[in-house]
Amino acid sequence: MKRYLKTIKLFWSTAFAAQLEYQLNFLIELLAMLGTLSGSIFILSLFFSDGRQLGDWSWEAALVIQGVYTFLDGLTNTLLRPNLTEIVNYVREGTLDYVLLKPIDSQFWLSIKKFSFAGIPEIILGLGIVFWSAIRTGINLSIYNTLAFFVSLFIGFVILYSIWFLIAASSIWFVKTWNATEVLRALLAAGRYPITAYPVILRFIFTLLLPVAFLTTFPAEAVLGELKFFIILFGLALSTFFFVLSRQFWIYALKHYTSASS
Amino acid sequence: MQDNPRELIRVDHLSKFYRVADKQPGFRGTLSHFFNRRTYNVPAVTDISFNIFAGEIVGFLGANGAGKTTLLKMMCGLIHPSNGFVDVGGFLPQRRQTAFLKKITLVMGQKQQLIWDLPPMDSLYVNAAVYGLSDEVTRKRINELADMLELGEELTRPVRKLSLGQRMKSELLAALLHHPSVLFLDEPTLGLDVNAQARVRSFLAEYNKRTGATIILTSHYMADITALCPRVICIHNGSLFYDGDLDSLANSLAPSKEVRVELKKSYSPDQFVNYGEIQELNDRFVCLLVSRTKLTQVVSKLLSDFSVIDLEISDPPIDKLIGDLFLKGVVR
Repeated sequence: MKRYLKTIKLFWSTAFAAQLEYQLNFLIELLAMLGTLSGSIFILSLFFSDGRQLGDWSWEAALVIQGVYTFLDGLTNTLLRPNLTEIVNYVREGTLDYVLLKPIDSQFWLSIKKFSFAGIPEIILGLGIVFWSAIRTGINLSIYNTLAFFVSLFIGFVILYSIWFLIAASSIWFVKTWNATEVLRALLAAGRYPITAYPVILRFIFTLLLPVAFLTTFPAEAVLGELKFFIILFGLALSTFFFVLSRQFWIYALKHYTSASS
Repeated sequence: MQDNPRELIRVDHLSKFYRVADKQPGFRGTLSHFFNRRTYNVPAVTDISFNIFAGEIVGFLGANGAGKTTLLKMMCGLIHPSNGFVDVGGFLPQRRQTAFLKKITLVMGQKQQLIWDLPPMDSLYVNAAVYGLSDEVTRKRINELADMLELGEELTRPVRKLSLGQRMKSELLAALLHHPSVLFLDEPTLGLDVNAQARVRSFLAEYNKRTGATIILTSHYMADITALCPRVICIHNGSLFYDGDLDSLANSLAPSKEVRVELKKSYSPDQFVNYGEIQELNDRFVCLLVSRTKLTQVVSKLLSDFSVIDLEISDPPIDKLIGDLFLKGVVR
């Protein structure tokens, strides 16, 4: 365990150093992030400009969802995207060989090696939006709600990670055919709006088949005190299921790994 | 599992098949490739057995696609064998247990593990953490290996700014930080210039002598093999066809020696017919192929029959011999 913690520390400090090698690129990434964010808040504000509601969500409540989305998007940009899109390259270039021969869990290495600092402002901003707009709705932020919020946020993240890893791991066979990033980004983007704003059929799909609701809507409901307790339990079970699935799938995939030829 | 205490690696009737799909060219070919994919097994390694003892340096020889790399990757646990088994120091490599991984290392000449944008030193400390080495031990080992490899300030310069030779030496350092006792090297001198090759070679020989580590090496450069490997394993079309020391391989491949003679004046070809097979003849220079058994006799006759300025006896270059062999595809 201590070895893993020290490894994470070194992974991330080298990742930081590597990013600072290219200062301009770092600045551009920050700017791009700010642009995306202000764009999506503007669009959201248009929806509500004539007092309309999204589903049965008020402007402030919908902004909570936007905050959760921003937070998850930030986490995606710091951890998921830099690491999981890299898996394809590991497979194609054959450097996965080096990872597999390290005395450390390969899924751990592939999931956590990189860390992009440009996503951190988005994470902080996301959390800021969530709590600011939650308070503006006039609800009382209880400890229970806050706790439920973080738990369901964690559930959402684990589900997103597992599905993404699952798709990325399939590159062991397909090498380059899957563009996992785009699929997952679209999935996450669907969660920018309250799940109840979608037609019933999509609502059903997004809750049960593609667990978009777990990514953004449920954490938002949690902080607003509207999330039912059994959904948290269900979410915990679902995220465990997805995580175990991703792990088993990885172990299975490695049996079929043939390594790139020299 | 091992009968001989010094026996470290056992490869037993090892085979590997790859499933390959066949695609005909053109649109029709693409369609039938999509809907009715025909796959068949291509053997990469067929029924290979050998043992390697602790401390040996063994070279794998073979043409491109002969199966050397597949064999090497099965031995370090990256590829699951289709048949047969490998035992490395009591471990089944494909399980990739931590204790096994801490004992071995793999260096691939054409793939790098160092972080491209950072100095090698950063990657070295990441590796040290992964292997659970303390900072103190790491520092000591880096100094010791950097000394042997003649690496200095290169270690604090971004990898992308290093020359190929410096990069390869840094790669070796990164791969040896955990003091592995079995080294798998896949073309470790690929693309290096002659001097850099020689330095990598002498380092490997030194490392083997100092630590008693076992080294298994594939290379296209015959010089690597002749300089490092007393024992070679030749692979052709996935099968083993020679396993033994390099000298007797040369002997069995080439029962003759080359005798190069420089003469005071020129002679006609038929004057040499009785001495040996003429390889080359121009003006005052002749190169004869003489069987080893008649060598001394022929040489003394040459010296007495002609006025000789210079005479040189050598083995035909081994890479030429082996190249011929692969072309002919003869099994022993």
